[in-house]
Amino acid sequence: MDYGVCDADGNRQYRAIKILLAGGFGVGKTTLVGAVSEIRPLRTEEPLTEGSLRTDNTAGVEGKTTTTVAMDFGRISLRGDLVLYLFGTPGQQRFWFMWDELAIGALGAVVLVDTRRLADSFPAIDYFERRQIPFVIALNCFDGARRYETDDVRLALDLEPDLPIILCDARSKDSAKEVLITLVEHVLVTADEPLSGIA
Amino acid sequence: MPSNDERWLDADAGPVVRPYALTQGRTRYTGDSFDLVATVTATRSFADPGALAPEHISVLQLARVPTTVADIASDVDLPLGVVRIILADLRELGLVVISTPVVMAERVDKHTLREVLNGLRGL
Repeated sequence: MDYGVCDADGNRQYRAIKILLAGGFGVGKTTLVGAVSEIRPLRTEEPLTEGSLRTDNTAGVEGKTTTTVAMDFGRISLRGDLVLYLFGTPGQQRFWFMWDELAIGALGAVVLVDTRRLADSFPAIDYFERRQIPFVIALNCFDGARRYETDDVRLALDLEPDLPIILCDARSKDSAKEVLITLVEHVLVTADEPLSGIA
Repeated sequence: MPSNDERWLDADAGPVVRPYALTQGRTRYTGDSFDLVATVTATRSFADPGALAPEHISVLQLARVPTTVADIASDVDLPLGVVRIILADLRELGLVVISTPVVMAERVDKHTLREVLNGLRGL
């Protein structure tokens, strides 16, 4: 068998852009990624921390130090060599080790929020604020959920006045696209502003 | 139905152990770290695939065209940590080159942002 390869063309590369999608369990991350991209399985491992050892039932597998976490992984070919990668990760604090890596060089993040469970989005918002990673809030409008005004949500989540909050339907391709466009526009605007907190 | 807590560690627990058998129990890779969207490219023909484990060969085959780490992990359906160790092995053997993504500066530059924006609008 021959594994002949692209030596001459070896320098060809994708320009891979990462966008993070965070939010609580069941908020619609998988649906949103699937609406706008070709969604694919991607497994990673979570080291079992002391915290999760307390909450997870490890009886019978005491030697076990990792467990599998499925990520929502979507790929959108934009044009030529430009490819957008969406990574949906669980929002709980115990998954931050995954975000730390995903966040390096990421364009920005979307925090998907279910207005019936606002508190689920607190850790993600804290995370991105603290690391100065640009993000927008997308309110997934579930059937039957009370429609909140975005101003009410801004107040409840204690968000800056210029942080975009957008209503979306995670099932709709156009809506999911609009969420991503809102994020990129927001990053373009904030790219003009000097970073605060950096000497 | 299992509770949320149990969900992490029953049916899902088995497969983690076996994939790491492919790495001889190693859970960390050696050499420079590489990103999830770093591009992997096979470097040259490899004459003796018999010397490699089937999983290493699968990964090498996927890298015949430049492919990202995340794409490879998804295609071979192995956990990311395992795929990274396999990739680091192949890199050590000189069989693949793993390049840092072009757009991995602290912030994505404005020109690229506009390209992304236009691309998204055109979807």
